[in-house]
Amino acid sequence: MTRSIPWLARLASRFDLWWIPRAIVLGLLAFAIFGPLTNLLLWTVAERWYFPHAMPLDYGFSYWERVFSPRGTAMESLANSVVVASMTVMASMALAVPAGYALSRLELPFRALILLAFLVPQAFPNLPVYVNIARLFYQLGLNGTVTGVVLVHVTHGLVYAVWIATAAFSAIDTELEEAARSIGASALRTFRDVTLPLAAPGLLASAIFVFLESLDEFTGSYFVGAPDVNMLPLLLYTASAGGNYQIASITALLLLIPSVGFMLVVERFLRSDVLSKVGH
Amino acid sequence: MGKNDFVSVEQISVGYGKTTVLDGLDLSIRKGEFVALLGSSGCGKTTLLRALAGFVKPDAGTIRVDGEDVTRLPPDRRGMALVFQSYALWPHMTVAQNIGYGLKLRGTPRAGIDRRVGELQELLGLAGLGSRKPTALSGGQRQRVALGRALAVDPSILLLDEPLSNLDARIRLKVRHDISALQKRLGITAVHVTHDREEAMVMADRIVILDAGRIAQQGAPEEVFNRPASPFVAAFMGAENVIALNGSVGGGRIAIDASDANAKAILPLDGRNLKSGGFEARFRTEGAQLIDDGMPVSEAVDALDLFGHVEAASYPGGAWRHSVRVGDDIMLIDAARPCAQGQAVRVRIPAKNLFLFNQQGRDSRPQPSSLNEGGAARVLEASHA
Repeated sequence: MTRSIPWLARLASRFDLWWIPRAIVLGLLAFAIFGPLTNLLLWTVAERWYFPHAMPLDYGFSYWERVFSPRGTAMESLANSVVVASMTVMASMALAVPAGYALSRLELPFRALILLAFLVPQAFPNLPVYVNIARLFYQLGLNGTVTGVVLVHVTHGLVYAVWIATAAFSAIDTELEEAARSIGASALRTFRDVTLPLAAPGLLASAIFVFLESLDEFTGSYFVGAPDVNMLPLLLYTASAGGNYQIASITALLLLIPSVGFMLVVERFLRSDVLSKVGH
Repeated sequence: MGKNDFVSVEQISVGYGKTTVLDGLDLSIRKGEFVALLGSSGCGKTTLLRALAGFVKPDAGTIRVDGEDVTRLPPDRRGMALVFQSYALWPHMTVAQNIGYGLKLRGTPRAGIDRRVGELQELLGLAGLGSRKPTALSGGQRQRVALGRALAVDPSILLLDEPLSNLDARIRLKVRHDISALQKRLGITAVHVTHDREEAMVMADRIVILDAGRIAQQGAPEEVFNRPASPFVAAFMGAENVIALNGSVGGGRIAIDASDANAKAILPLDGRNLKSGGFEARFRTEGAQLIDDGMPVSEAVDALDLFGHVEAASYPGGAWRHSVRVGDDIMLIDAARPCAQGQAVRVRIPAKNLFLFNQQGRDSRPQPSSLNEGGAARVLEASHA
């Protein structure tokens, strides 16, 4: 058959026919990733859009005005979210750096058990845990305060922070520290001059994870923070629950800003070869 | 412990869990001396070095430097500097920063650091590389940066943990001489850990051979090489050919009984502490002559003759290496000319090349190590011919 139509054989040999399924898979993947994002972008500028229309009927920025109006809570929520996320990062790292170092360097008994213990808060369904925390915080007067929300986020973020920090410190050859000790550096000085700079990429990665996790966290923020401390995910939830897709989309877009910002930081400071060492 | 000792290690014991690594070891080192700790892997040489450096806490014993007990001092307060096998250069610092770090720690002014780093770079052949990162250097250059970093702090004792084992064979030969020349010039006391016999011989004033956490023998290179104190040391120093003999000691002589494998021989005792009975005899590949047994043979004077057959011959360079079967044993013997396969030969070993020991248990041979692997490789090499 190939002999009767040689041009087909030539074509097949010139173009690898495998590109067809590959292209289909790539196309589907691209759609799965960018489809919802495009939909979200469309919703932020849609004035009117209802079934069965494939595209919005009117475009405009009136919802943006509503979100950013003095009466709107979006800016306040964004500020709250960023403040809480930053404080969570600081608190988590303050705990994770010494904990990660101890877990990677010292011959602690039950090392694996301690690492596992940080997972415990994640092992139970979030809802009952946070309801109980909310009850406890209410008694302590922490409910509805930024401190309370930060504490909840820290318990959540600490698992990433400690695990990644432990991996980052473990990746540093102890001989690099010993080399400093042997020529006169104290333990503290060695940590500052050798260990910390070498672990910095890994620690930065763990800080980023904690930051993004805190931005996204909903359940804890809802039970401990609302209605006094409003966070962006809460605003998103209220808007989409009320069927207001425009407000929800704009809020989601706002949530993307710090994420994309952080991705740029990652891109700038962390090369993939450094990132790949995390976890080794 | 003498008065001249600069470093003295007294009854040091170190164990990890249940395994004893060092077992009541004594060692003294004079100021300016270059001591090589030689042994196969697992003999405790690195542990001894790390105990000196302060990275291993001994279970018992004391380490003194210049009369001061440093056993419990942290590594940074011992005035020593350790050069690691891996070099352990800090990848986030430049060459100059690596070398100058020890001075920075001491609060040396910037200009002073720059001057000293410049001097060391000049001395070590690293001029112009100061702003490079260690990853952009060759192995030999990294090794020299590691050395420079250690020398920059003017350590009273330089500790070297197999610093040459990661270098190319050719560079290694040169660096050996460079390091020992530098050490002599600067008058630093140095302790060098290695498993390479030749490296220890070339570099050190004194060789300390360790076996299972104890000192098997110590002395000047030629002394350890020519008068090994035990079968272990003899084997470690390259006398891998071994044969069992019987004989009696008397009147400053050793009379070796004739057997199927060897002729009768009278050898000088030469002050050795030997008893009549079974002997373990060891000699080196190049320490024996090969004589064609068909020819009229002159009588052996102060030498031992073994009877054997040539099994194979190969030419590794310099001399022909013969694999000779003597009884049940295979010996490797070097000769200037090749002998035919199957030829009956005499292996003549002059008394000075024959190391005799009273027979002990079978376990007196060294544990499998890189050296023995070398021996195995030689047998293979010979049998391929």
